[in-house]
Amino acid sequence: MTLEIFLQNAANGITLGSLYALLAIGYTMVYGILRLINFAHGEIFMISTYFAFYGTAIFALPWQVAFVVAIVLTALLGVVIERAAYRPLRDAPRISALISAIGVSFLMANLGLVIFGGRPKTFYRPPIFQVPIELGGVRVVALFFVIPLLTAILLVALNYIVYKTKTGLAMRAAQWDFDTTRLMGVDVDRAISITFAIGSALAAVGGIMWGLRFAEINPNMGLFPGLKCFIAAVFGGIGNISGAVLGGFILGFGEIMLVAFLPGLAGYRDAFAFVVLILILLVRPTGLLGDKQRVKV
Amino acid sequence: MLELKDIQVYYDGIHAIKGVSLTVPQGALITLVGSNGAGKSTLLRTICGLKRPSSGELRFKERNLLDMSVTRIVQMGISMVPEGRQIFPDLTVMENLRLGAFTRTDQDEIARDQERVFSLFPRLKERASQKGGTLSGGEQQMLAIARGLMARPSLLLMDEPSLGLAPILVEEVFRVIWEIHREGVTLLLIEQNAQAALAIADYGYVMESGSIVLQGKGEDLLHDEAVRRAYLGQDIGA
Ligand SMILES: Nc1ncnc2c1ncn2[C@@H]1O[C@H](COP(=O)(O)OP(=O)(O)OP(=O)(O)O)[C@@H](O)[C@H]1O
Ligand SMILES: [Mg+2]
Repeated sequence: MTLEIFLQNAANGITLGSLYALLAIGYTMVYGILRLINFAHGEIFMISTYFAFYGTAIFALPWQVAFVVAIVLTALLGVVIERAAYRPLRDAPRISALISAIGVSFLMANLGLVIFGGRPKTFYRPPIFQVPIELGGVRVVALFFVIPLLTAILLVALNYIVYKTKTGLAMRAAQWDFDTTRLMGVDVDRAISITFAIGSALAAVGGIMWGLRFAEINPNMGLFPGLKCFIAAVFGGIGNISGAVLGGFILGFGEIMLVAFLPGLAGYRDAFAFVVLILILLVRPTGLLGDKQRVKV
Repeated sequence: MLELKDIQVYYDGIHAIKGVSLTVPQGALITLVGSNGAGKSTLLRTICGLKRPSSGELRFKERNLLDMSVTRIVQMGISMVPEGRQIFPDLTVMENLRLGAFTRTDQDEIARDQERVFSLFPRLKERASQKGGTLSGGEQQMLAIARGLMARPSLLLMDEPSLGLAPILVEEVFRVIWEIHREGVTLLLIEQNAQAALAIADYGYVMESGSIVLQGKGEDLLHDEAVRRAYLGQDIGA
């Protein structure tokens, strides 16, 4: 393999890793506060791409506007799902909310099939992202810089919100115990809504960039990225945001490199994440950055 | 200042509070003692709005608390130091304190209160950037009290603040309670350590399986035969 091809693959890997990281954060944040695997997260990601698609294709909005509207609508969708499907089960056994999450996931995938149709749609790709850029002998389109850069900016912003603002403080407190957090005067329901809004908005950014990168969207596209990013979150240590980012990057990068170095295994690229999952569960069940499991009181 | 009238509370059919009436006048130090499972913590949770009574009246500063959210109740000036050192173990001491002042916006006054709790508990100042979970049990209890004070409450509810502490720390906790009381904060104190609690309280209530069975001036209860036998360790069997 020439250096040039390696660098091409590295660019691919970093890009895919960024997208996985953005999606994995939603799983880990929701788990952190509710101890719930939000199985609907992959479908939230899928629907965000359709919001953007309809904005550009049907409503003929300028793409900048369409993308922002799609992100906002997706954030709202996440909030509504929590209200409708998870909040009523807050005091029920945890398995109930989990089953509800699986139900929402199926419901949305199938609604997507009915409403959007099974045929893939072509995602609008603004020419600006396709401008070729040459760097160190490697030619890639601008999108390959935009994706990691935007991801990095969002991670910094997220870090700021979680660790430097009052809202973030409330969210981190609620991760430990709802009643004690309420005693501080924190509106815990609001903190949970904000968690879903942020996680879903990041999934939407990931979804839109996914559309820009792969050009095609379909109602089943949430399934594999969703599963892989859930695995990325577990791999990094579920509940831990840095862990989810790390897990997302390792999985995305690893998947691309697997195909690049062992083309014979290309057919197994989707299985890669599952192998990683099994290994981590055997070797270090709390994930790379997860500390010993704290029991939520 | 705080008034409970015929409060009834149930947990899925368990009748935990059976018609409790109780008054906490402004500036007073009131204590509530009683054996395990009497319903003391439930009563405090009810006052804060964490648990809703099935019937009864609950008023604070002439306002009905029953249809207020917990957040609103906290904003009204009620703060609680919960049972069993419920500090936030993954957050720093500083962050725990900031959460105590969560509903407040008066930054200058918050900074002043922070200095005040640090002078009350110098150990917390040394450990300001340490995670709450790394503090010793006694320090965590101090943090829980300090956090409660950061709300600058007009009524502070304390649920067994001396539980499980070494005698020297128990003394320290009671010294702090006395200090807080002297500064004019109204206190409703739940204690296992009935002797110490009754000794400093203006007025005391004795609770038994969900009901108030005895009440009176702190020192009167302290010398009451029944109380001595049941709560002051003079009858091991009780
Ligand atoms: N969440 C709950 N669900 C069901 N029953 C509860 C719950 N919390 C408390 N109880 C019951 O209500 C009664 C009163 O409990 P509570 O915790 O208020 O007692 P307490 O006086 O604070 O006891 P302790 O001194 O041990 O703290 C007990 O019988 C207890 O079992
Ligand atoms: Mg109790």
